[in-house]
Amino acid sequence: MRRSLSGRLHRGLEMRLATAAAQRVLMKGNEAICVGAIAAGCRYYYGYPITPQNDIPEYMSAHLPPIGGTFLQAESEVATINFILGTSASGKRVMTSSSGPGISLMQEGLSYMAGSELPAVIVNISRSGPGLGGIAPSQGDYFQAVKCGGHGGYKMPVLAPHSVQEMYSLTMLAFDLADKYRNPAMILGDAIVGQMKEPFEPAEYEPTVDQEKPWALTGCAGRPRQHVKSLYLKDNAIEVHNWKLHRKYLRMQEEEVRFEDYRLDGAKIVVVAFGTAARVCKTAIQWARGEGIAVGMLRPVTLFPFPAAQVDAAAARADVVLVVEMNTGQMLEDVKISTTFHDRIRFMGKPCAMPTPEEILGEIRNLAGKRR
Amino acid sequence: MKTEGKDRFKRQVFSRPKSLVDVKSHFCPGCHHGIAHRIVAEAIDHFGLREKTIGVACVGCAVFLYDYIDVDVAEAPHGRAPAVATGVKRAQPDKFVFTYQGDGDLAAIGTSEVIHAANRGENISVIFVNNTTYGMTGGQMAPTTMLGQKTSTSPYGRDFRKDGYPIKMAELLATLEGTAYSARVATSTPAQIRKAKEAVKKAFDMQIKEMGFSIVEFLSTCPTNWGMKPIDAQKRILGEMSEYFPLGVYKERKQADFL
Amino acid sequence: MPATGRIEIDFERCKACELCVPACPKNCIEIGAKINAQGYAAAFFARPEDCTGCAICAEACPDVCIEVWK
Repeated sequence: MRRSLSGRLHRGLEMRLATAAAQRVLMKGNEAICVGAIAAGCRYYYGYPITPQNDIPEYMSAHLPPIGGTFLQAESEVATINFILGTSASGKRVMTSSSGPGISLMQEGLSYMAGSELPAVIVNISRSGPGLGGIAPSQGDYFQAVKCGGHGGYKMPVLAPHSVQEMYSLTMLAFDLADKYRNPAMILGDAIVGQMKEPFEPAEYEPTVDQEKPWALTGCAGRPRQHVKSLYLKDNAIEVHNWKLHRKYLRMQEEEVRFEDYRLDGAKIVVVAFGTAARVCKTAIQWARGEGIAVGMLRPVTLFPFPAAQVDAAAARADVVLVVEMNTGQMLEDVKISTTFHDRIRFMGKPCAMPTPEEILGEIRNLAGKRR
Repeated sequence: MKTEGKDRFKRQVFSRPKSLVDVKSHFCPGCHHGIAHRIVAEAIDHFGLREKTIGVACVGCAVFLYDYIDVDVAEAPHGRAPAVATGVKRAQPDKFVFTYQGDGDLAAIGTSEVIHAANRGENISVIFVNNTTYGMTGGQMAPTTMLGQKTSTSPYGRDFRKDGYPIKMAELLATLEGTAYSARVATSTPAQIRKAKEAVKKAFDMQIKEMGFSIVEFLSTCPTNWGMKPIDAQKRILGEMSEYFPLGVYKERKQADFL
Repeated sequence: MPATGRIEIDFERCKACELCVPACPKNCIEIGAKINAQGYAAAFFARPEDCTGCAICAEACPDVCIEVWK
């Protein structure tokens, strides 16, 4: 069906994509994801409205058609993830975005995609939960993202941006990881990093993977038919398949850990935090360092694969490990799994709200005082 | 079966269509899936579509579509085939995309996906095989189960006060603007088989001409779960099923009149 | 009148669903006594002399067991 486009470009912003020389652009985090996706060659986006990520489908609906891309608003997130499955099976780079309740609806499709080994980028701009929850920011979807909420046992790379710059750069990385491993990859953001505006540099996209997809369903001209499926009924084929997927996830653990060492030099208090919580912690740590407290932060950038070895090494050198999360303790469990120094671990949780740097500084001072 | 006709019978007038893979099928004796698969393969051959076709398999007895039709096939979650097909067709508009679904798949869990694919006028073709039951899982009640029909989850017979009436999908989808073609056929008599072939060809032609969404509903038997011999199961189609689910063409767009 | 058509039924592939038997307008097909490897008493071409090659049996067979010549 052909329809003429209304051509409303979002706020008249003109982006020179992919070949842009580095320049600083002021943008919302949600929009920076879109710019990153387009720079990485994504020309297909499907989604459904949900707060706080509507900027993403709105931006893509305006910016994809003029560059020959396809935007389609689905009737539900269930339909969305299945559109994604079909376009991914066709060999194209494709993205969707949602928030917690919508990601819940996508779990079936994500399991099928993991089992069928299909790449795609899935963005979760987290809100409060469980249930309808609210639109306040939270980090309550860590379990859903990292332990993978769909059935059958699978994993996917999960990237946690803490700045608008990372909303751009980690999106490009997510496409490469998805293609490298033939797996869905997730960006786990939240309402704060999604809605905030910051300058960032849209550096040129440099692919790190081969994007050839000989397995794609493109019609069997000149080759035998192929299929994309996750059903394995014969003999022990499903067991073999599960081990194959498992080896893929082990390779991710070996090769794809990414983290930030923030002022960990000589730190006796090590903060472990991701996303917006980590961003606020940076301010608190700067203030604390100014007061002479030896504190730093290990910030996981990949929540899966988790920087377990790095957490363990930091815990070994520290007196206290302070886990700060906008939930009641989710990444906390992975910190505990990563190290045997359990008696050094403390937790500061702020579910469904952003902690203030003052609150975090107070906790750091407390721990420093106890230390002394 | 590779021997040629003996003596004066030189001209072969019926053989396996090229796109139907030469393997034994898993379908129960007398199941009409075999006939529907063959008709789909014949239509693919008729239009020369095999090398540009991508099929989308559903969950149910027809999950093994990729073993039987010699085309690229994607497996969809239960009910989601029209959405997966949308994703394929939007990414590759020059390819021929069809789904093949049962009544539990299309009319229960997948109702939203098929209605919205039809409403959007997706240029895909849906083959819908209605045997009034969930076959693969052992004969549970489906949205198309007839009133009074005893199934493994309606042991006292379907009661409209509890379960509502069976749903008529061909009629329902025909009401949508995006639907270019909606027909209901059966394959229980030679005449019906002929009409079924015409309907599938018409549906495929709609997609080729980019007229919008097309669907052909096949009334089919499930001898195993109905507890009937195949011959008697066919009589059920000719009797009570055709009465409630009338055969015919419910919508046929003549030209691209939606522009 | 001599037969104007001829069919071949794939004995091993037949599931004895019996749909071909009443489908044939000339009653050429019957269920046989021999059991195939699947365990079915397969259909067989009982009266070849009456066959007209109409192919209705082949159209009715869900397993594409029948080939037809004229």
